[in-house]
Formats: sequence, C-alpha cells, structure tokens
Amino acid sequence: MATTAPVHVHAAPQGFIRRYVFSLDHKVIGIQYYFLALAAVFVGMFLSLLMRIHLVWPTAQIPLFGEIKPETYLTLLTMHGTIMVFFVLTTAPQSGFGNYFLPIQIGAPDMAFPVLNMLSFWTTFVAFVVMIAAFFVAGGAPLHGWTGYAPLSAVPNSGPGEALGADLWIVSIAIFCIASLMGALNFITTVLDLRAKGMTMMRMPLTVWAWFITAILGLLAFGVLLSAGILLLMDRNLGTSFFVPGGLNFTGQLTVTPGGLSPSTTNFTHHGGSPLLWQHLFWFFGHPEVYIAILPGMGVASQLLSTFSRKPIFGYKAMVYAIMAIGILGFVVWGHHMFMSGMSPYSAFAFSIMTMCIGVPSAIKTFNWLGTLWHGRIRLQTPMLFAIGFVSLFVSGGLSGPFLAQPVLDIPLHDTYFVVGHFHLIMGVAAIFGIFAGTYYWFPKMFGRMMNERLGQIHFLITLLGTYAIFMPMHYLGLAGQTRRYSQFTEVAYQTKLVPLQTFMTYAALITIAAQFLFLINLFWSMRKGAKASDNPWESTTLEWSTATPPPHDNFGGQTPVVSHGPYEYSVPGAPRDFIMQTDPATTATH
Amino acid sequence: MSEVAIHHPGSEAFEPSLFGTYSKKIGMWLFLLSDTLTFGALLFAYSYGRISNPDWPTPFHKESIANATLMTGCLLSSSLTMVLAVLAAKRRDRSWTRNWLLVTMLFGTAFILLHGMEWSKLIEEGMTPFKNPWAASVPQFGGTFYTLTGMHMLHVTIGVIYLGVVALRKKFLPILFLLWLLGWLAIPASSVFHVGIHVLLLALIVAAIVLFLKPKDYDAHDVEVSGLYWHFVDLVWMFIFPLVYLMSTRI
Ligand code: HEM
Ligand SMILES: [Cu+2]
Repeated sequence: MATTAPVHVHAAPQGFIRRYVFSLDHKVIGIQYYFLALAAVFVGMFLSLLMRIHLVWPTAQIPLFGEIKPETYLTLLTMHGTIMVFFVLTTAPQSGFGNYFLPIQIGAPDMAFPVLNMLSFWTTFVAFVVMIAAFFVAGGAPLHGWTGYAPLSAVPNSGPGEALGADLWIVSIAIFCIASLMGALNFITTVLDLRAKGMTMMRMPLTVWAWFITAILGLLAFGVLLSAGILLLMDRNLGTSFFVPGGLNFTGQLTVTPGGLSPSTTNFTHHGGSPLLWQHLFWFFGHPEVYIAILPGMGVASQLLSTFSRKPIFGYKAMVYAIMAIGILGFVVWGHHMFMSGMSPYSAFAFSIMTMCIGVPSAIKTFNWLGTLWHGRIRLQTPMLFAIGFVSLFVSGGLSGPFLAQPVLDIPLHDTYFVVGHFHLIMGVAAIFGIFAGTYYWFPKMFGRMMNERLGQIHFLITLLGTYAIFMPMHYLGLAGQTRRYSQFTEVAYQTKLVPLQTFMTYAALITIAAQFLFLINLFWSMRKGAKASDNPWESTTLEWSTATPPPHDNFGGQTPVVSHGPYEYSVPGAPRDFIMQTDPATTATH
Repeated sequence: MSEVAIHHPGSEAFEPSLFGTYSKKIGMWLFLLSDTLTFGALLFAYSYGRISNPDWPTPFHKESIANATLMTGCLLSSSLTMVLAVLAAKRRDRSWTRNWLLVTMLFGTAFILLHGMEWSKLIEEGMTPFKNPWAASVPQFGGTFYTLTGMHMLHVTIGVIYLGVVALRKKFLPILFLLWLLGWLAIPASSVFHVGIHVLLLALIVAAIVLFLKPKDYDAHDVEVSGLYWHFVDLVWMFIFPLVYLMSTRI
C-alpha cells in the first residue's frame, strides 16, 4: 500500500493509531467514513438479495439460512432500509466525500474542529456496531420498518424482534443522530469561517454548496429524531405512553405489561398516547433526510456535468438558490408521508401544495443540467456516465413525486409498490449513482491512481439497465395493486398474475448485485495497480486539483491558496487552455 | 496532538468569516440551534399530548409554584452573574471572572437542588412517568413532565460542570469527584438521583480527558462561549416554566 499511504507527508511523525485510526486529518476521516459506508452497503445489499429471493421463491432453502419466515422478511426489510438510509446514503456522500473534499475545495487546511470530526466518525462507527448487534441478540432484529412506526415499535415484545433488538435499533439511531449533529456543526462552521482568500460564497463549487445546505438540514433534522428516539425508548422501557394509545391488543394480550427497566409488578395501562405523534416527529426528520441523501449527489452531478462537458454550469446562481429552496421547502412537507393517517383534508391540501412546490427547484436543477450538456464537448468517461445516469434516475424517480403528492392519488398508491419504485429510483439508486460518480471522479486524488475505465463502463451499463429493470416495474406493480411490506403474495389470488414480473425483477437484482463486485474489484485493484494519476487528470478547475496527488497533510503544503476565479470556467474565449483553474492568476480572462 | 494549525479567520490568508466572529462561537450557536429543535420536539410532544387529553390535571398549587418561581429566580440571577463573568473576562480580570463564574454555578446548583427536591416530592405523591394520582387516564402528565424537566436538568448540570471547568480547570476535578461521591453516599438508594448522580462521574471522566489532552488557559472567548450555553439553558426554562407549571396550576 506504499502508494496509498502518504496522505500525511507533512505530518509530524505519528504512530499508526494516530494516523489511521484516531486520525484528526479530515482526509483520513473521509476515507474512514467511505469504507464504513462500503461495508454497510454490502450488508444492506445482501439483505435485499434475501428479500428478493423470498418474494418469488418463498420456500427456497437458502444456504445457512434455510427457509425465510414471514417475520424474518420484515426484519430484513427493516434492517435493509435502516442500514441503507443511515449508514450508506447519509454517510458516504456527505460525511465521506464531504469530509475529504469540502475543506480542500474551499482552500482550508482542515475542518474547523478536527477533534470533533474524529469523534463524529467514531460515534457513527459505534452506532453501526450497535445496529448490527441487533441481529445477534435474543429475538433478533426489529421488524418495525426503517420508519419505526409506533405502536409496533413502542411496545416491547409486540412482535418477533421487538425485544432487545428494537431497543438496540433505537439506541443506534440516537447515537447516529449525535454523530450527525457533530458532523453538521463542523461542516457549517468550516464553510463560514475557513474559506481561502478569494473563495467568496458565490465562488464555491456546487458540491460545497450542497454539503453546506445538507449540513444545515442535518443540524435541524437530527435533533428532532434524537428527541423522538428518546421518547420511544421511554415508552418501551419506562412505561410512558407518548406513542401508545389505550386498549391495544398484541399477540393476544392487552398492552399492560411494561418491558425493560420498569418493575413488571407495577400495574399500569398504556393510555392516551398517539402513534401519529411519532409519525409527525419522524417525518419532520424523515423528509429533510431524503434530501440529505440526495443533495450531495446533486452537487457531484453539477460538478461533473460541467467538467466533462467542458462548459460552465448552466445557471450557477439558479443552482445555488434551488438548493436553498429545496432545503427550506423540505421542512414544511413532511405531512405528505401521512396522507393515509386520516389527517384533516385542509392540512393534506396544504402539505400537498407545498410538496408540489418542491418540483419547481427540482426542475430548475434538472433543466440546468440539461442546459449544461447542451452543445458541450462531452467526454464520456466513467464519472460522467454516472453523472448522466444520476440525472436520468433523478428525473425518472422524481416524476412520480408530484403524483404521490396529491392525496387523492396517494391514498390508493401509498401502501403499494408504486412508492417503493419512487423512492428507490430517486433516493436509492440516484444517490448511489452520485456516490459512484464521486468515487470514479475523486479516486485519483484520494489514492493517487486511476480506476480502470473499461471495467467502470461495464459496471455503469449493467447497473443502469439493471436498476431500471428492478425499479421501473414497481410502478406498474403498484398501480396493479401490489401491496408493499408484505412477504408473501405468491398465494394471493389477485396478485398471482404479477409473479412473473416479480421474478423478472429478482433476476435483474441478481445480475445487478453481481455487477457491484466489478466495482469492488476495480476499487481495490486500482488502489494498488492502477495507472499513476497526475495532479489533475480530468482537467478540472476546483482547488483539490491544484494541489498534489494525494494532497499533503495540510492540503496545500503550508500555504493557503488564493482564489481568483469561479468554480466552472471552462472554454472561456481567449484563455490559453479550455479551463481556468480557480487558483490561476486573475489576469486570465475572468467573469 | 500534531494538529493542523487552524489559522484564525481574520488572518490575511482567509476570507472574512461570514458572521465576523470566531469559529468556536459559531459552533456553539449551531449547537444551540440544533438543541432548540431537540427541545422543540419535546415541547411539541408535550403540547400534542396535552391538547389530545382533555382531562389534563392541574395539580400544582401555591407551594409548587412558589418553588418553581424561586427556581426561575435562581436561573435569572445566574444569567446576570454570567454576564458579569463575561464582562470581567473581557476586562482580563481573572479573579472576578472566576468569582462570577462560581456564583453562577452556585445559582445553577441551587436550581438543581430545588428541582431535585421537587421531583422527590412528586415521586412520593405517586407521580411516575406512567401514572399520576390526579388523572388516571392521562399518564402523559408524568411522562412529559419528567422528560422535559429531566432533559433540562441534565442541561443545567452539564452547564454547571462546563462553567466549573472553565473557571477552575484541573482544580475542578477533585471537587467534582467529591460532589459525586458525597451525592452518591448521601442520597438514599431508593431515589432516582442515586443513579442519576452518576452523570457527574461520567462528566468527570469527560472533563478529565478534555483537561489532560488539551491543557490550556481559557480566555475571554471561552468564557463567552460557555455563557452562550448558559443563557440558552436559562431561556429554555423560560418556556418550560409557563407551559409546564403555570398552565397546570389551580389557584
Ligand atoms: C419532486 C420531488 C418529490 C416529490 C413531490 C415527492 C413526493 C413524495 C410523496 C408524496 C411521498 C409519500 C408517498 C407515500 O408514502 O404514500 C414520497 C415518498 C418518498 N420519497 Fe419522495 N418526493 C420527491 C422527491 C424525493 C426525493 C428527492 C427523495 C430522496 C432522495 C425522495 C424520497 C422518498 C422516500 C424515501 C419516500 C418513502 C418513504 C417511505 O414511505 O418509506 N423523494 N415522496
Ligand atoms: Cu417526503
């Protein structure tokens, strides 16, 4: 690994532990986050594989697992969603790439609070360990879904897995909240305070804008989830009734017995709580969370489309304001996840209008991406392929949003695969494409070598076609009335006709999952054997490309860069090259 | 700790900070913003429970309100002394900075003690997180009360310790240790505070790690930042006092 090691060339001698384990260097921390997410994504993918197999061959004997029981299916569903949303989609694009590149792209030597940064990684790590531990405790992992809906989640032993496993799930989420809050605080302060001379807010790359706004969303959203988690733990273990109404009947028993810590001799009944309170608190966090997952991908797509089209991004300012608008609107639309809860039609109407308003900035971004490609001199290298794939998936998944945003349409669609199709295309796959694009693009800077182009293109093609093959049919399934969150429908009369389509999706999933190993091989092979990367292999303009590869410990070798240009000055008439780096002297044509 | 030297914004190499102030202060403001949402969610849960339960009890009589008013007085005075501490720090008057910080801590401690006694009394009367003697159909009364005030009490406790570290640095560690030990021995095992006092032990460990890894003098900025935290904790109480106490009064 000699070539990947010298991230710290300028650091005072430090032991292995200080350099790679409890490192304060934002670059090492970014890589730690990235590999944590990589481990998590393979766990999550494995769970989804089991689900897909169970859906179409419910009696299949799986090596080491045997036959998957219906309740196990729900456990897989819960843990798949939780791991993917929190430990992959929140972790890799924001904490991983953000940590590594946000300070470099603004010309800072590190994050504003390096120790806090290290703490937030290790706290995330602990959260992940606790989450995985839920699989191994008595009763196994919970089955209350990634949304943790009460009262199922709020009453101990309300079902299989709702014992210690559910407590661990909540504790893990709470720890994750704290970690994310620390990270968000650090990101925001860094952007506000550590921009190099000349790096005004309106010269920041759109990736930085995306990480910045995402951090603000995280700062405001995770605190609420933290409180909700605490209340849920209290319901389970101290016998409070925040989320538990009276008279519930679980597995033949009225909910009178407290679990966990409270003395079981105490006689009390749950009464007067509201499962909807949980939904409000959860989705107040949950909707901003989906933008926490996608905004960094939008940033990466903007950066890459401009770079590989050799054109300035179309409408830089509009892009910035669109991210802001999405961020603000994201806090007032959570009710669109609750149309089925019997909310007043007036509130449903308000939430519906607000939600459809989000379509406007989303469309602005999409058209600007297309405008950037228009008449560009497009270089179809792997990072660009994934960036274009991102736009495609974002549009495909986003278009179903405005349908779901209307209560009349959402009420029949809510509990069907239609929603599953919507959010997998847009949140699942589009955000993952953002991560892939970022990986292929920044790998040379991070590890000093190029990734294999041919393998990357094959990986792209299979993944794009494969994910469309898996998730597009879900819309049809949903319209045909296929219910979601159910483990077995091969025996249900009106759904049997849909089984062939489901089988097709499972095959597509098998192929797509297999293709991800191409990526893994490419990643690790290129780390050791890839062609040596120059300092600026893509001829990009932003600051990370004007420093050494890999960057020295303090990013710019003891200096702070001076910025004289905007982030996307490509093909400027009269300039000597077709790109002007942000650090190029101001005398070069500028705007 | 070979740490990258973080140049202070304002140094020539950087753009001026967007809010024209130093990183630590911005960091604290951001933390307080997120904490506002954390408390906001708890207050929302309280309001939600309260509105949906028409039989919400109003058990607080004159004595409890008098007690809560006294507690409010403690916090209000502590905010004043905190301001004086910050002013003294800006004058670089070390001894008065320390004195005012100690007085602030004293008010904070008084608040915690009064609050603890009140909790104990309520527990004696039979109010638990899941039931209360006044309205059997509204277990939310105890639940929301203990969650909100408990979370706030935790914040005040952390605040007192934070100020202690700023005021006395390593000298505060033995004091904290004694407080924990005395508290643990003095509080009867049947009380929740017998367990709750271990917060001090945890804080002791954290404070020791911080103080030994980063042994430094705390300057006027550090005092100001700790002041921000302290005022915020006071401010939260100014919401809890009317919402949880005054609105549940029968006088
Ligand atoms: C124009 C933009 C969008 C609109 C109008 C929209 C609308 C909606 C609506 C109304 C629902 C609720 C459907 C239901 O549960 O019945 C929903 C679900 C969902 N959306 Fe979107 N959405 C948009 C963009 C996004 C984006 C960008 C993401 C993520 C990156 C996303 C992720 C999700 C997820 C994860 C769910 C389902 C959560 C669950 O029930 O488990 N959406 N969307
Ligand atoms: Cu939403």
